[in-house]
Amino acid sequence: MPENVVFYAFAALAIGASALVIGQRNPMYSVLLLIASFGALSGLYIQLDAPFVAVAQIIIYAGAIMVLFLFVVMLLNAPREDAAEYDRSHPLAHPGIGRFGALLATLLIVQLVWALTKVAELKTPVGSRSDASSVGSVVEMGRVLFTRHTFAFEATSVLILVAMVGAVVLARREGTEQ
Amino acid sequence: MDLRTIVQLVVIGLTFFMLINASAILVLAERKIMGFMQQRYGPYLVGPHGVLQPLADILKLLFKEELRPKGADKWLFTLAPILSVTAAFAAFATVPWGAETTLFGLLDQPIKLGVSDVNVGLLVIFAITSMGVYGIVLAGWSSNSKYSLFGGLRASAQMISYELSYATSLAAVIMLAGSLSVREIVDGQAGTWFGFIQQWWIFAQPVGFVIYAIAGVAETNRAPFDFPEAEQELVAGYNTEYSSVRFALFPQAEYINMATMSAVATNLYLGGWHGLLPFYTPLDPLIEEYGLGWMAFLAKVGGFLFFYIWMRWTVPRYRYDQLMSFGWKFLFPLSVINLIVTAALVLYLNA
Repeated sequence: MPENVVFYAFAALAIGASALVIGQRNPMYSVLLLIASFGALSGLYIQLDAPFVAVAQIIIYAGAIMVLFLFVVMLLNAPREDAAEYDRSHPLAHPGIGRFGALLATLLIVQLVWALTKVAELKTPVGSRSDASSVGSVVEMGRVLFTRHTFAFEATSVLILVAMVGAVVLARREGTEQ
Repeated sequence: MDLRTIVQLVVIGLTFFMLINASAILVLAERKIMGFMQQRYGPYLVGPHGVLQPLADILKLLFKEELRPKGADKWLFTLAPILSVTAAFAAFATVPWGAETTLFGLLDQPIKLGVSDVNVGLLVIFAITSMGVYGIVLAGWSSNSKYSLFGGLRASAQMISYELSYATSLAAVIMLAGSLSVREIVDGQAGTWFGFIQQWWIFAQPVGFVIYAIAGVAETNRAPFDFPEAEQELVAGYNTEYSSVRFALFPQAEYINMATMSAVATNLYLGGWHGLLPFYTPLDPLIEEYGLGWMAFLAKVGGFLFFYIWMRWTVPRYRYDQLMSFGWKFLFPLSVINLIVTAALVLYLNA
């Protein structure tokens, strides 16, 4: 029973904070609400008996990426998105594109719900599954990462490297122009 | 509730109480040591030899008027100090401070001294410490003042830069100990080498320890790396606009962070509750036998904190660009090399 209460509290916090992220006018509040949502997600991971994933969520998303977001928001010093300053002539502001986006979003939700009803493993708790130990223990997780998922792991690192090189190139070009 | 639960709750309460008092004692220690180093008495009037000075400071801060600049963001201005101090307290949650003990036979099963013991404890400490930056950044931004904003920006840049070296030096210890649980890392340091040198990781990781100590000072925004509050440039940095209790929470968070940093250094490099001095003394078996390891732990933490304060009043403040280039061009490559060498040695010796 207490587990259920904690689960619903974290789930409500995650959903509520995520919904408020897009409802905020002030980007600073959006960033903070996103951090709250990540924190609630990490609480849910702990309930799934995956403490490493929970801590990684906090370190990487809440601790590193969101600090960078906050940094950018502070440096741009965008106080609030004002409706009056909203650029209606921008090509992306065309109503047709908005409707297309809404259609895609609906499609995505329908797809997600459909996929979730089809997954049989959803009914069994994570703890009693055959690969449960790979989530719970750091040693097992490392072993799985470097054996079964080596390709995905290495491909991700290359992807991150490309993004990093891209960022450096962009930053340098701006520096030489000045 | 059985006796065991009550004792565990008492231990948790005691940890909290120690942390609150750590900030008061550290304020006094800092002013006394500063006075000593500058050949004067330091606080001397409140109580015998000025020992009640922290109490007077706190009372004064409590009775001050709470001000908030007109242009400040109402919510975030209040949230920032709370976030700061919460992160500081929470980071100590997985730091153990004593061996398992039955309290001289009071309990059937030994309990662990410390708030909690999780198997990814070290990562939890690291995760929560990295959340501390939000308090400072938000304080800087929400004050709506140039000095505060610069202080907040500097703090975030500095903490992101030094977190890398800090985490990499921790990773080397994790590899040596083969565990992420702080308690297991500490218990891996029991015993001696050649019968007289303590088996502490500082002797296996001297470079890692130096990197940890430097990055730790930068992480807690202490001199010589206290740029977020450099007086001659930024008035008081991110807390310029704060007053009263809201202001008091920032130094408190800083002192608690110092205590956490020292406790983690003691656990990871200085053997935690195993052994008092770097070499074997006849005291060591007595400490183990009577379960007084927590006293050795506190003594080592105290020594590390003294080193912190000593450094603050000895070394002049760096320049900001020097700090950044030192962190990225020297400390981070050094910690990566240290990590690779450690990994190679661990592989070689285990094979």
